[in-house]
Amino acid sequence: MEYIQQQNNASLGTILCCKCGVSIAPNPANMCVGCLQSEVDITEGIPKSATLYFCRNCERYLQPPSQWISAALESRELLAVCLKKLKSGLSKVRLVDAGFIWTEPHSKRIKMKLAVQKEVNNGAILQQNFVVEFTVNNQMCNDCHKVEAKDYWKAVVQLRQKASHKKTFFYLEQMMLKHQAHSNTVNIKENYEGLDFFFAQKNDARKLTEFIQQVVPCRYKTAQELVSHDVHNNTYVYKYTYSVEIVPICKDNIVCLSTKMAQSLGNISQICICHRVTQTLHIIDPNTLQVAEISGTTFWRDPFKTLCAPKDFTEYIIMQLEFIEPSKHRHPLSTKHVLAEVWVVKASEIGSDEGQYFCKTHLGHLLNVGDSVLGYDLRFSNVNDANLEKMSPDRIPDVVIVKKVYADKAKRNRKRNWKLRHMDRLMEGSQTSSIENQYTDFLEDLEEDPDLRHNVNIYKDTNKIAVDQDDTDDENVPTVSLQEMLDDLHISTDATGEEGAEMQE
Amino acid sequence: MAVRTQFEGNNEVGVFAKLTNSYCLVAMGGSENFYSVFEGELAETIPVIHTSIAGCRIIGRMCVGNRNGLLVPSTTTDQELQHIRNSLPDSVKIQRVEERLSALGNVIACNDYVALVHPDLDKETEQILADTLKVEVFRQTIAEQVLVGSYCAISNQGGLVHPKTSVEDQDELSSLLQVPLVAGTLNRGSEVISGGMVVNDWVAFCGLDTTSTEVNVIESVFKLGDNQPSTMSTQMRESLIDSMT
Repeated sequence: MEYIQQQNNASLGTILCCKCGVSIAPNPANMCVGCLQSEVDITEGIPKSATLYFCRNCERYLQPPSQWISAALESRELLAVCLKKLKSGLSKVRLVDAGFIWTEPHSKRIKMKLAVQKEVNNGAILQQNFVVEFTVNNQMCNDCHKVEAKDYWKAVVQLRQKASHKKTFFYLEQMMLKHQAHSNTVNIKENYEGLDFFFAQKNDARKLTEFIQQVVPCRYKTAQELVSHDVHNNTYVYKYTYSVEIVPICKDNIVCLSTKMAQSLGNISQICICHRVTQTLHIIDPNTLQVAEISGTTFWRDPFKTLCAPKDFTEYIIMQLEFIEPSKHRHPLSTKHVLAEVWVVKASEIGSDEGQYFCKTHLGHLLNVGDSVLGYDLRFSNVNDANLEKMSPDRIPDVVIVKKVYADKAKRNRKRNWKLRHMDRLMEGSQTSSIENQYTDFLEDLEEDPDLRHNVNIYKDTNKIAVDQDDTDDENVPTVSLQEMLDDLHISTDATGEEGAEMQE
Repeated sequence: MAVRTQFEGNNEVGVFAKLTNSYCLVAMGGSENFYSVFEGELAETIPVIHTSIAGCRIIGRMCVGNRNGLLVPSTTTDQELQHIRNSLPDSVKIQRVEERLSALGNVIACNDYVALVHPDLDKETEQILADTLKVEVFRQTIAEQVLVGSYCAISNQGGLVHPKTSVEDQDELSSLLQVPLVAGTLNRGSEVISGGMVVNDWVAFCGLDTTSTEVNVIESVFKLGDNQPSTMSTQMRESLIDSMT
């Protein structure tokens, strides 16, 4: 306790303290500090210990009555929380200083040093320093409670694709990871033909819906369900649902357009290959190299089905290859593809003299005689497609070649020295072998298409790089260059600051 | 010696009494306790007079006086004036003054030789003061307070002044008064010296709250009590002499 010196006159004499007789400078109480302290205690009524409530899940402190505030130790925010705890006591004094005394972070104690001033009898202003000790008790906040109970969501985005292959989902997952679009999800659940993203806020759900619309062709519907309402204050609680349906066409699917749509897309041939899915479907006619884009809205205006998915493909061997000029009457033409006429034979029938098929392909730039390709035999297929049935049989090609086969799947898989990141809850419980195969297909697609890689964060797989450096027997297999890979970032939260020391070197 | 007393539960005894070397005025209270204390101490030597001034009990603040005379404000009734005149010794002159600052006890502090007065006091009052009380008059302030009568108590032996009085002011005042002065408090730290006590050359009355330290200071500076000063008062005197030189 000390006096606040007002105007200090140097020649002020001393008087005797009226209680103990010690010689002091005159002050409003005319008492020495000790005597004054024994008479009045200005910290009376201020609690010297208090309890703070801390939520361990979200690391926030309770600010009564119901606000939770995230605050680091020894931060201004925590100081505010602590001071508000003492508010009733501090209202009678003037607070001049407050700070923390260091305590062990895991001691669950916070010590705060306060300096308060108060006017005591006849105008003497006393200042007193004291320490308040806070005990940190754990209490789960309401938000965490609801999350833990797994029943808390206000909005859900139901993402569906009625396709057999999950390629579009894998691509969407990578896009969401790259753009942190899923950051506010409360829960992600796998569902039949899709995923459910749960959100605590309606806005977050809408944001995700908009993000998905930016990335893949889709349509969405909204619905709301009244959960409860209060007639007294006119509040209504809804649960909102955004049902997002992705166009059920994946990369490397063969589609058959309706005549009307084919005409509207620059008179493209009806049988096309979808060679890429971005915000729109990119289709190419393998016979002419004509390309077109189909947006989500265009698709849903006249939806068509996929003729066959990658799992229906059969392997063919190129027997003869001849490049040809595409017709100039059609446009737009793809500049990245080269038109070629090929003779192919089924890989299973090779050696027998029958069964060479003639077809045109857009993959001339990739192919050599003897290469394996995946294609689809439309002659012997049994497809229930209204558009295909209406087509005259002479316009249906025998075989449609979709993609080149580079090497054995297992070998490529082993050689792959990069990896992708996963969403935490997306893949759990669904690791069946078919899904793993589909995932491998997706990885191969990434290797083969640099444009697709632009949208995806690729990370070095440190476990594999050392093993496969010398394995260069097949030069043709497309790989991801090291420059495109990112170092997987692991920021250690070690308290010793080892990470920081390394970075200085 | 210094006596602790109270007027109807009030420690400001200087408000309700006026003590000089030749008489003592005491306010009329509900009970005789206060009066009895004064009478018990003083009755053998000087008259103790029960009175009011202008119908008020705060006579200590209304009038000023010493061995030679008594000044009362113009609001004093004839009857009161007559009563006081009858009770006072013949040697004491009593005089009514027409003064704007009518609480004479607050604006004038005096012993039998010197008076300190409020800087704004009338010339005429000053003249009457000098004539009636036979004192030298000095216009002064104490600790930058103009109410010199309230913030100091002086006798012919010594004086107690406001605790905030600077050392220079104390030196100047004690050279004017020719008595040692000390800054101090009364009634457990009160600064209103003259409100809390009355003093003459051999006795002092102070409020019941006055602590023993304060009583010690009073007794030593006014040279009351026994002739063998305590060790403390010798120390005190040494320091006083230090400050006077």
